[in-house]
Amino acid sequence: MTTTQETAPAPEREEIITGCDAVAQALRLLDVDVLAGYPIRPYDSVMTAVSKMIADGQMDAEFIVAESEHSQFEIGKHASLVGARAFIGSSGVGWMYGMEALVVTASLRLPVVALVGNRALDDPGAFGVEHNDAMMVRDTGWLLYWVESAQEALDTTLLAYRVAEDKRVMLPCALSMDGAFLTHSQHMVRVPVADTVSAFVPPYELGDRRFHPDNPVSIAPQFNEDWVMEARRQSDAGMRRARAVIAEATADFHRVFGRGPADPFVDSYRMEDAEYVLMGMGTVGMVGKVAVDRMRAAGKKVGFLRVKWFRPFPQPELRALLRGVKGVGVVDRDYSFGSNSHGGVLYTEVAAALYPEPRRPVLVPFIAGLGGREVSVDNLLEMEETVERATADGVADLTCQWIGVRGPDSDPRDVAATAEGGVR
Amino acid sequence: MSDETSVGAVDVTYRGIFQKNLAGVITKELVKAARREDKVGGTVQRYGDSPERNGIPAKQFAVIADDMDSLRVEMTKYEPENVVVVCVMDDTLTKGVESWAWYGVRPINVNLAPGGTLLVVSHRSPEELLHWIPRRTYDWTLAILPGEPSFGGLWVYNDDGTDYRTMGAVSRVTGGLISLDSLIAQAGSAKNPDLRAAQLREGYESVQMHPIAAGVGAQDTYVPVEMPDWTQMREGLVVPAVEVGKNNTLFMKYTTRTTRPLVKFDTCVKCQICYTVCPDECFIPTPEGHYDVNYEHCCGCGICAQSCPVSGCIEMVDESVFESNEPLHKVFESDPAAYEDLRAEKVAQAGGANPHYGIY
Ligand code: SF4
Ligand code: SF4
Repeated sequence: MTTTQETAPAPEREEIITGCDAVAQALRLLDVDVLAGYPIRPYDSVMTAVSKMIADGQMDAEFIVAESEHSQFEIGKHASLVGARAFIGSSGVGWMYGMEALVVTASLRLPVVALVGNRALDDPGAFGVEHNDAMMVRDTGWLLYWVESAQEALDTTLLAYRVAEDKRVMLPCALSMDGAFLTHSQHMVRVPVADTVSAFVPPYELGDRRFHPDNPVSIAPQFNEDWVMEARRQSDAGMRRARAVIAEATADFHRVFGRGPADPFVDSYRMEDAEYVLMGMGTVGMVGKVAVDRMRAAGKKVGFLRVKWFRPFPQPELRALLRGVKGVGVVDRDYSFGSNSHGGVLYTEVAAALYPEPRRPVLVPFIAGLGGREVSVDNLLEMEETVERATADGVADLTCQWIGVRGPDSDPRDVAATAEGGVR
Repeated sequence: MSDETSVGAVDVTYRGIFQKNLAGVITKELVKAARREDKVGGTVQRYGDSPERNGIPAKQFAVIADDMDSLRVEMTKYEPENVVVVCVMDDTLTKGVESWAWYGVRPINVNLAPGGTLLVVSHRSPEELLHWIPRRTYDWTLAILPGEPSFGGLWVYNDDGTDYRTMGAVSRVTGGLISLDSLIAQAGSAKNPDLRAAQLREGYESVQMHPIAAGVGAQDTYVPVEMPDWTQMREGLVVPAVEVGKNNTLFMKYTTRTTRPLVKFDTCVKCQICYTVCPDECFIPTPEGHYDVNYEHCCGCGICAQSCPVSGCIEMVDESVFESNEPLHKVFESDPAAYEDLRAEKVAQAGGANPHYGIY
C-alpha cells in the first residue's frame, strides 16, 4: 500500500470531535437511510450526535428508537433487507441482548454496519472498556474492526459500508471502539465532504434479494440438514473474499481522499528490524507506540503491531511481519476463561495464525486493562521485559500474566500449590 | 435380519402427537427385548422443526444389531438403513409421508429394504391399500394387522394394546428379528405381564401377510427434491416466492390429514368464516360465493368445521374413503343433486362424520 500514488488531498475540514461523533459524521456523509437505536453507555453518544444532526436538518434519515436492542437490531436487519442503508450499535450486555438478531443479520448476508462502544459485560455493572462484547459475534459472519482514533473511526465507517455492501462480500460489519478512551475523548479529525464520500461508497444495491412487492421472494425459510451447510459455505466464501475487497477498498480510499492507512489489515509501528513486538487492539495502540518510542530511544529493537481487522483475521500479515521476530507479547483487553495458557482471545488467534510458520517467535500472553482500567506506558515496558526474559530463558512460561491487577501473580489457593494442605 | 448384514431397523411411521407414545413404546420395547437375545440396539427419533404437530407424519426407528460397530453407524443417521419392516400406525399414512419441508410427499415404503415388510394397522383389504402404496422394483410383503388406528396424545397413553400387538406382528413378519419369547419375557417386567403376553400373541397370530411382487401397486410419482450446490443456491437464504394463486408444491401438508372437510354447498350461507379461519388458506372462493377446498394443502385440522355457523355444513370425513385430492365444487356446479349424492355416499362409507380432533 505504501506504493499507492497519493492524489491531491480532497477538500476536508478539521474538527475536534469524539470517536462517536466521528462515526456520526460518517453516517451523515454516507446518507444512511435508517438508524435504529437503543440507549446504553457508551455507544449512545452516537445516537445523541445523529439525532442532533437530523433535528438541525443536516441529515435526512429515519431514526427509530426501539424498546430493546433485540428490536433495534431487527429493525436494522429489516431496513437493510428492503434496500435501506442501515446502522445499529450498542455496548456490553446491550449488544448481547440482541444476539439472536445479530446472528440472523449475518446469516441473511445483510450489510448492516454497527458500532460497538466496547464495555465490560455485566456483572458488575461497569462502564469501562473490555472487548468481550464485540467478540461474541466473531464466529457468526460479522466483519469486525477495532479502531484506535477518532479519525480512524470516521474513515473506517466509510470503509465498513463499502466493504460490507460489496456484492462479493455482503456481510455485516461491526466497528469496535474502546469505551471512554475513544467514545468519549475528542481528537482532531479531518471530516471530508459528501461528494468525495459518495465517490468512494457507491449506493447500496441489494439486487434480486431486495424484499419488495415487485420482487416476490421468501427470506429465511425453514431449512433442514440438506441445505444448511451450503448456506454456511456461502457465508464463508463472502468472508474469504472480504480480504481482497478490503485491500481494494483501502487502495481506493487513498485514491479518493489522498490519504489513508499504509496497510489495510494491521497498523505496524516501527516494526522494521524489530526483535521484540507488543500487540494489541484499539486504543492500547496509542500507549503502545509511546512505549516503543521510549524503548527505541533506549536502543532496544521493539515494534508495536495493532490488529485492525479482526474478521477476517490478518493471518498473512502477521506471519510475514513476525517472521524473524524473537519474542511477541499479546495484550488482550478481553478474557476467555479456561482457554490456551489462560490468555485472551487475541492471544489464541495469534498463536493459531503463526502455527504454520517453521520458526515461530516466543509468544507471551497478557491480560490488561479489563473493565476500563488504564493501561500505562509503564505497563507495556514491563510486558516487553517479560517477553525478553521469556525469550532469553528459551523455555517460555506461557501462562498468561495479568497486568495491573492488584495482588500476586500466583494464586495462593492454586490446587497444585495446596495439594498437600488441601483446600484452604 | 438377513445373513450378510448384522443390523436391521424397524421404522415406525406414526401421526405426530397422537401416536408419539405409541411409537415410543414399540421402539423402546423392541430394543429391550433384543438385548435378551444378546443383541444391541437403540432408537432414533426423526423430527423436523414441524415435528409433532397434530397428525403430521413422523418416524421413530428401533435399530437392532449383532455388534456395537454396526449399531453406531446407524445411530448417527436421521433414517437408519436396512429397514426390514415399516410399521404404519394409521392406514391413511399409506397415501404418503411429508414430515419435513423440502422433501416432497414421500411414498410410505420409500426406505423399505428389498424383501422387507410394510406392516399396516388397518381394517382394509390389501387391494384397497395397494391403491395408494407405490410399487417397488423388488418383491416385498404387505402385512395387515387388523385394527383401528390408535390415537392417544403427547401426554396421554392410549392403552389399547396396539403397541404390543404391533410388536408381536413385527416378530412374526421379520421371521424373528426379535423372537416372540423374548418379547413376552421383556413384557414380564411390565405392569400387566399376562395381558401384554396375550396382546403380543394376538398380534403375532392375527397379522396377515401378502407377498407383493415387484411392479405391483400404485404408480410411484415421487421425485426427490433437487439439491443445488452452494454456488448454485441463491445467497442470503432467499427463495422465490410462490406465485399468487398458486401453492407451495414443496410442502403440501395433506398427508397430515386423517379426516377431510366436506362442504354441503347447498346449505352454505357464504359467511366467509371458513375462508378466514383456515390456518393453511385452503378455501378458494368460487364465483357464486361458495368456498371450495384445496385438498392438497388441507391438513385436516377441523377448525373450519368447528367454526362454520351452519350446523352440518362442513363435516370432517375419514380420509381413507377418498381417492384423490381433486377439489369438489365443480361437481356441485355441474349438478348439485349429484354432488349431494356423492357427499352422502362418502359420509356413509366412512361410517358417518368424524368428530374432528382439532389442533389448537
Ligand atoms: S380442516 Fe379446514 S381449516 Fe383445517 S386445513 Fe383443512 S380446510 Fe383448513
Ligand atoms: S363457514 Fe360454512 S357457511 Fe360460512 S362460508 Fe364457510 S362453508 Fe359457508
